[in-house]
Amino acid sequence: MPDVIVDGQRVSVPQGTPLLEAVRAAGEYLPTLCYQEGLAPYGACRLCMVAITEPCTAVVASCSYPVEEDMAVETKAPEAVAARRLALEFLLGRYPRSDTIREMAAQEGVSATRFPAPLAEGANELCVLCGLCVRVCRDLIGAAAISFIGRGSERRVGTPFEVQSDACIGCGACAEICPTGAIEIEDRGHTRILHTWNTKVELRSCPACGKFFAPAPMVILQDMMPEVAESWTLCPDCRRLDTSRQWIGEAATQARRLAP
Amino acid sequence: MKVRTRTDLDTLRAEGLSALYPSRARIAVGMATCGLATGAASVYQALRDEAEAQGLELDLVATGCLGYCQQEPLVDVRLPGQDRIVYARVTPHRARELIAALVRGKLPMEGALAVIPQEDAPPDRTRPTDLPLLPELPFYARQQKVILRNSGLIDPLRLEEYIARGGYQGLARALLTLSPQAVVDEVIASGLRGRGGGGFPTGRKWQICRDADGTPKYIVCNGDEGDPGAYMDRTVLESDPYSVIEGMVIGGYAIGAPEGYLYVRDEYPLAVERVTEAVTRAGEMGLLGGDILGSGFGFSLQIVRGAGAFVCGEETALLASIEGGLGEPRPKPPYPATSGLWGQPTVINNVKTWGSVSAILARGADWYAGIGVEGNTGTVVFSLVGKVANTGLVEVPLGLTLQEMIEGIGGGGLDGKAVKGVQTGGPSGGCLPARLFQLPIDYETLTEAGSIMGSGGMVVMDEETCMVDVARYFLTFTMDESCGKCTPCREGTRAMHDILTRIIEGKGTEVDLDLLEEIAVWVKTSSLCGLGQTAPNPVLTTLRYFRDEYTAHVAEGHCPAGVCRALIELRILPELCTGCGLCLRECPAGAITGEKKEPHVIDPQLCTRCRLCYDVCPVDAIEIVR
Repeated sequence: MPDVIVDGQRVSVPQGTPLLEAVRAAGEYLPTLCYQEGLAPYGACRLCMVAITEPCTAVVASCSYPVEEDMAVETKAPEAVAARRLALEFLLGRYPRSDTIREMAAQEGVSATRFPAPLAEGANELCVLCGLCVRVCRDLIGAAAISFIGRGSERRVGTPFEVQSDACIGCGACAEICPTGAIEIEDRGHTRILHTWNTKVELRSCPACGKFFAPAPMVILQDMMPEVAESWTLCPDCRRLDTSRQWIGEAATQARRLAP
Repeated sequence: MKVRTRTDLDTLRAEGLSALYPSRARIAVGMATCGLATGAASVYQALRDEAEAQGLELDLVATGCLGYCQQEPLVDVRLPGQDRIVYARVTPHRARELIAALVRGKLPMEGALAVIPQEDAPPDRTRPTDLPLLPELPFYARQQKVILRNSGLIDPLRLEEYIARGGYQGLARALLTLSPQAVVDEVIASGLRGRGGGGFPTGRKWQICRDADGTPKYIVCNGDEGDPGAYMDRTVLESDPYSVIEGMVIGGYAIGAPEGYLYVRDEYPLAVERVTEAVTRAGEMGLLGGDILGSGFGFSLQIVRGAGAFVCGEETALLASIEGGLGEPRPKPPYPATSGLWGQPTVINNVKTWGSVSAILARGADWYAGIGVEGNTGTVVFSLVGKVANTGLVEVPLGLTLQEMIEGIGGGGLDGKAVKGVQTGGPSGGCLPARLFQLPIDYETLTEAGSIMGSGGMVVMDEETCMVDVARYFLTFTMDESCGKCTPCREGTRAMHDILTRIIEGKGTEVDLDLLEEIAVWVKTSSLCGLGQTAPNPVLTTLRYFRDEYTAHVAEGHCPAGVCRALIELRILPELCTGCGLCLRECPAGAITGEKKEPHVIDPQLCTRCRLCYDVCPVDAIEIVR
């Protein structure tokens, strides 16, 4: 395992680990928006900038830079701090209503912005374009229901042609992973409404209690995980109840058998 | 027939030679996009129709571009046993005269530019005239053609003519006499560096890819040229597509890749058409496909058309685009040489690099390494454009100075005006001032000066160019072309653009200059890919070398070049105005009034400062009040 020196402190991490993980292992904080364990590094938000001092000198995005033996980095080098602050200042100018951005900026000592930049009309005022939703949907869920549309400051996320998506399974992973809470999902009766994606999916009801609980298209996950498929017909509450009953039933049977 | 052996190549070579040097007159019209834009198609038609009408038997061919854009349409005529005579700025009328003259058996001297000496011509040729040789013209004197060796001389689609001029000798040498590793060594020894602008040693890239684990490996040609004012790759693809295709097969053999992709931007319809035809023809002739030249090595080539995103010229974005994904860059490392197309080891090189490879293998690494200077060997192609007397596509050995390029080849400023600076490397490059023109053109020197070699754009600027306006022009481009993936490029290019706009409108302050620099440094250091990392170069270099112009704008509300509309006024000098009424008719705002033969007047309230009157006035009676 290569040794990396983070702000003078030596840490050992596996070969090929993103530098960001080494920094975190050393107990140092770096802001990130687009980085998420389990997804390939993306290098978009450019908030996790650090200065490499050995073996070469460079300011890099630590999330997408693999560690090398005897690499030394400074998280508080002036050029790295300046890069992080400026990025946050620009994000603050663009997303003043995002609590996530405000808190992240404050943590780096940025409380005001010189760059107010109003969003285009109708744009999602919390979407910071980190791409986590796009990648989780494509790379982990396998649905690829959403992607980027447009380029430059016209860039936004949406379904193809921004209409009802047939690929969306309504799992909600996008909303779950979004760092700023930009994705709005609502369950109304037997319908899950993914407002941000102009998409509605049907919810399935629990055969035991009748409650609507899971998006119908998510049955594809049952095929992917046949060993648990059966219990998925029930809603989580009934499933728990059912499991408990089985256990209790088994325990009772066993108790009877053991009884003299 | 299929080319199976060297003897087959020799047969085609003989056919090509008789096509290039036929026993009757051969007229070649430069019909790359540049020629077509100036009317080459109607010249071609006039030549064909007139020859038919006059009953003249001749070979009429469409060639590519000779590089001298200024003088297009270019037509060259060869009579049996003679050198080719090049005619400049040929019109359909002149074309018909040319045919009439040929019928009389004599070539006219009017409009003749030079003689092309044919190094591989049969020995019976004679110099027909006292015209200068093409390489003696100031525009060509310092040029050395390697990548453009066949450009404008052959019919781009006639494989035989390409072979006649030494084509496929490099591939034959590689496949039949060298091991793949020896080919890599040859490219390393040549010192060739990436002609897309990055300048990474090509041989070393190949070696990394050759040594990388993983099969299959891929070869990719980057033909997604998109810099404003740059058209080197387009010309190579239009004028000599086989030189690129041959280079790619050689690369495939060297690294062990059975498959290649030629990515060409769809805005180059003629280039797309010609490479498509050339790939088909090379396949029919057995120079693509299985078992090439009986070597056992097979290589297939597919053409992918770019869908109009500048960022797809960035290698990782280009690969994503080929894969059918979103054309946006990804972080490096890993570099494509170890993990490229579909995660496989991939060599991606520029059109001009591939064109150089085929020449290097044909003529040897020593020959190539002897061109240019130590560490910067070989030649590089520039499109020399802007406010310069001679515009066109030039190929020079590395190490030539900017002075020799702009004053020597370019012939100095347009209309005798003083050249103020030059932008190298397109929107990603920087503006270098005239006082640095002694600098040699090489990768390191240009980078140290704050610019880049880039893929070869060279835009000359004179005293009537406002450097703030230039910086804003390039920023507008990069801002529009930013994919928006990373924060610095997406937000920073827009912010810089807004500040520059403010300055141009006369609303900037000194604080803006510091702010501009702060943002520029951030975008340069923090951006994900080359587009963002280089986008601030025009801003940083103009601030560094032309800061006085910025200061004039923000401190005095004055545009020294007289360009920025908010800071100038146009006025008619009554003592010079003849009242011809030309400006009055041209003015789109209706801001000019005056009686015939009486001095006219511009209403500053209506005037939009478009400067049309300034450009059309035959007596220079219009003054720009700065």
